[in-house]
Amino acid sequence: MNVTDANPSPGLWTLAWRRLRRDRVGMASLAVVVFYLCVVCLAAAGWIAPDWTREVGVNYAPPVFLPGDQDETAVPLQQTSAVAAPVDLYGLKDPLARVLDAIRAAHPEDQSRPAEGRRLTLILGGDKWGHDILTKVIKGSETSILVGLIAALLATALGTVMGALAGYFGRWVDDFFNWLYGVFTAIPYLLLIFAIAAVLQQKGVSTIILILGLTGWTGVFRLVRAEYLKHKSREYVLAAGAMGASHARRMFIHILPNTSHVLLVQLSLNVVGFIKSEVILSFLGFGVPVDVVSWGSMLNEAQNELILGKWWQLAAAGTAMAVLVTAFSLLTDALRDALDPKLKY
Amino acid sequence: MNLGAFLLRRLWQMVPTLLGVVLLVFFLFNWVGGDPAYILAGKMANPDDIANIRHQLGIDRPLWEQLLIFVRQIVTADFGNSWATQEPVSAIFRTRLEPSLVLLIPMLLLETAVAVTVALAVAACRGTILDRSLMAASTVVMSISLLVYIILGQYVFAFLLGWFPVKGWSDDLWRNLTTYAVLPVLLGLLVSIAPSLRLYRTFILDEIGQDYVRTARAKGLSETRILLVHVLRNAAIPIVTNVLMGLPALLTGAFLLERFFAIPGIGREIILAVERSDFPIIKAATVYVAMATMAANLLGDLLYHWLDPRVHLE
Repeated sequence: MNVTDANPSPGLWTLAWRRLRRDRVGMASLAVVVFYLCVVCLAAAGWIAPDWTREVGVNYAPPVFLPGDQDETAVPLQQTSAVAAPVDLYGLKDPLARVLDAIRAAHPEDQSRPAEGRRLTLILGGDKWGHDILTKVIKGSETSILVGLIAALLATALGTVMGALAGYFGRWVDDFFNWLYGVFTAIPYLLLIFAIAAVLQQKGVSTIILILGLTGWTGVFRLVRAEYLKHKSREYVLAAGAMGASHARRMFIHILPNTSHVLLVQLSLNVVGFIKSEVILSFLGFGVPVDVVSWGSMLNEAQNELILGKWWQLAAAGTAMAVLVTAFSLLTDALRDALDPKLKY
Repeated sequence: MNLGAFLLRRLWQMVPTLLGVVLLVFFLFNWVGGDPAYILAGKMANPDDIANIRHQLGIDRPLWEQLLIFVRQIVTADFGNSWATQEPVSAIFRTRLEPSLVLLIPMLLLETAVAVTVALAVAACRGTILDRSLMAASTVVMSISLLVYIILGQYVFAFLLGWFPVKGWSDDLWRNLTTYAVLPVLLGLLVSIAPSLRLYRTFILDEIGQDYVRTARAKGLSETRILLVHVLRNAAIPIVTNVLMGLPALLTGAFLLERFFAIPGIGREIILAVERSDFPIIKAATVYVAMATMAANLLGDLLYHWLDPRVHLE
């Protein structure tokens, strides 16, 4: 008898992919997310945006597309201080004028335009020190997205293992993990993050990833536990047990693939949530250190720049984040619809 | 099961969770956090000072004694003084609660009112282009960071147009409500309405599919009456529970608003405490907010039962 099936029925993922392909919004958001991920990979490899700390433009260089009054806004700070004497000296002589003249005579090359070689406009403008904002946005995306992704992977892995243990073994193991879940959900999420950030004195990208990953597992845990409760007494698992599969094998080789659709949606939800949390943490100064740029630290700088009318950094960081988060949220909805067609909203 | 037995059982179940929260906070601050004496002693610390501070804080004693001290602090609500300002922690929370509530209660009421109204309207014309575009818009509005709204809103409406004060707070409740809290509340609503709207819409849509709605239609009732009287009353059960469960999160949810608008509330106090490594305040806040969360959950369950007698207390 020929066992091989000439025309196998499509699996869950094939079906889900077909459904997703029909979802135009889902495909568009997938394209946006893939684009961001490509940018992140290229930036991480150093092929684009190699060095955001280079001061390529004049201070607050406006974006190129801004019409008119460019030379007015593009006056570098050093130049204004050198040219104009804004303080009325009331006939007093500057006591340091001689020293200043001596310094100028010693360094003749510094007197001419200090902004020599710097561009007056940049594609998306420049910040206070003349860093290129386009480069900063790319580097910031790299930081924020990588933090969100890695933290989400960590949280999902933690939640999966705990949920699997709790749901599969039941009894006191279940009680223990449920207790842990109760403890972690009793404290509001942001408050817990702040408390940990206060305790861990050192700042760093890996610190944020740890904080977010160690606190964000609760949602995954609840769902995975429910899945394991459902699956553990199903016939295929009992059959695997009868054939001598160990507990670990039954849990992670047999049951886990059947919960993967839940995991994917939760992972995607977590990425969005963690990116938002990272931005808030970095904005408040509890997140990335000063030598790393993220969307949160850019928004922090932009807050002060806006009062001077320099809106481009705020616009760049805000838009980059909004587009990604929107696309990721829509993609999550589309994934959920594609993977679980029974759910209808 | 009668109410008394239910309450007793739920309160009994809270004990291990609360114990866990206490242990978690203790573990974080007394074990992970390293030695706070170095933070307190400042930059020019000599060993005598450090030993002295360690003795005062009780961290030269064994861990179980420190845990006992912590538990006593929680029970007596006496966390000592703030490390940064020497103000008693209990006084800080007492005085900072009112501004937070002045900001949050209007926000909660407005959010619920607007979200329920819009959700009803959207559910009435479900599937139309209006419904779908509103839902898409709410996804986009949700995706923009609250930070961006606050920075832009403060700049445009307060700084440029001068419609509201840029920041500040007064001692007068009415003045706070009508002047200082307006812009923060509106900006907070921008972010918080969208998720509630989506949730309430599904609650209402769940009810619209029920048999009793068909019966009401068959009786010849108008669509408005069905929505406002029959559907809303049933959908109110999950909505009220959702609002109540969101209360403790609101307490800390206004971190950013309070910070930007210089509102002397609890959220701002916590951020300041994190910036200054002011551990007593953070410890107290974590433990008490966790208690409030558990109480709110219990209240939610009770209310659920009261609104819907079909739900059995278990």
